[in-house]
Amino acid sequence: MAASDFSRLIAAAADTIAAHAEELTALDQAIGDGDHGLNMKRGFEAVRAEADSFAAKPLPEALKAVGTKLVMTVGGASGPLFGTLFMALGKELPPAPDRDGLATALDKAIEAVAARGKSQPGQKTMLDVLQPVYEALAQGKTAAEIANAADKAAEATVPMKALRGRASFLGERSIGHMDAGARSTALLVRAVAEAIEGI
Amino acid sequence: MSNVGIVIVSHSPLVAEGTADMVRQMVGDEVPLAWCGGNGHGGLGTSVEAIMAAIDEAWSEAGVAILVDLGGAETNSEMAVEMIGEPRSHKIVVCNAPIVEGAVMAATESSGGASLKEVVATAHELSPS
Repeated sequence: MAASDFSRLIAAAADTIAAHAEELTALDQAIGDGDHGLNMKRGFEAVRAEADSFAAKPLPEALKAVGTKLVMTVGGASGPLFGTLFMALGKELPPAPDRDGLATALDKAIEAVAARGKSQPGQKTMLDVLQPVYEALAQGKTAAEIANAADKAAEATVPMKALRGRASFLGERSIGHMDAGARSTALLVRAVAEAIEGI
Repeated sequence: MSNVGIVIVSHSPLVAEGTADMVRQMVGDEVPLAWCGGNGHGGLGTSVEAIMAAIDEAWSEAGVAILVDLGGAETNSEMAVEMIGEPRSHKIVVCNAPIVEGAVMAATESSGGASLKEVVATAHELSPS
């Protein structure tokens, strides 16, 4: 991937998080501590600020740098969780991955996120979006189909009962609200899928 | 110092500092102690960078026990331990215990020269699970 393309992916990710920061915060206020939008925005703006130097690195190192920056700047549990996602992708991806390589790396990265959060799909978290995205990717779906699968998966967290994170303290009362981390994951998937489509 | 170090990580700097005060009242300066709280930007939360700095501050060759409050503090502490890396990471344990009681009990155990394993076990006895 060319450095300019990686910069475009970072810009697309940071743009969508910035544009939806208030929505993410509102989702998190309903069943969490209400800082998700602000935290994610801070993290992705910090990544954007160093986008050019990250993009100059080979893809695996660039992704690791993005992950480390998120870990250091987000300031909530989302930092290590999204940071681990990018760091693990960087660790698993070859420098010039094809679709199979990307799917395999995402599968491993999902395992790493699950271990970091001591969670698994079905517990109303970002994993509930990542897992269907991996499946759509592995099944050869188009970028648009993958983005739609991510949105649908985020919607599907609404009737779930939270079993991890602050929302789990609410028990049954977490039902009826979308998980903020699932929503931000779907936003990132759509932004990256649409940006890759244009490359 | 050869006693196990204690690190307190809360979402709130006030809770972290207050907990550290209670630990000091119990063990004085016999135990390496550090605390951090807040997201580093004036809000509630925890910062991996601040946790890594606190671990350095309370570092002991006998090891370091970390006491945390809510989930994000635990996740960020585990991330900090991983980023510190080997070999020191083998001597750092994130405890499953209530933060105030855990910190005071763990520090008291440490002040008697107990091993990291014993200090952590003392904190874990306070956990209902």
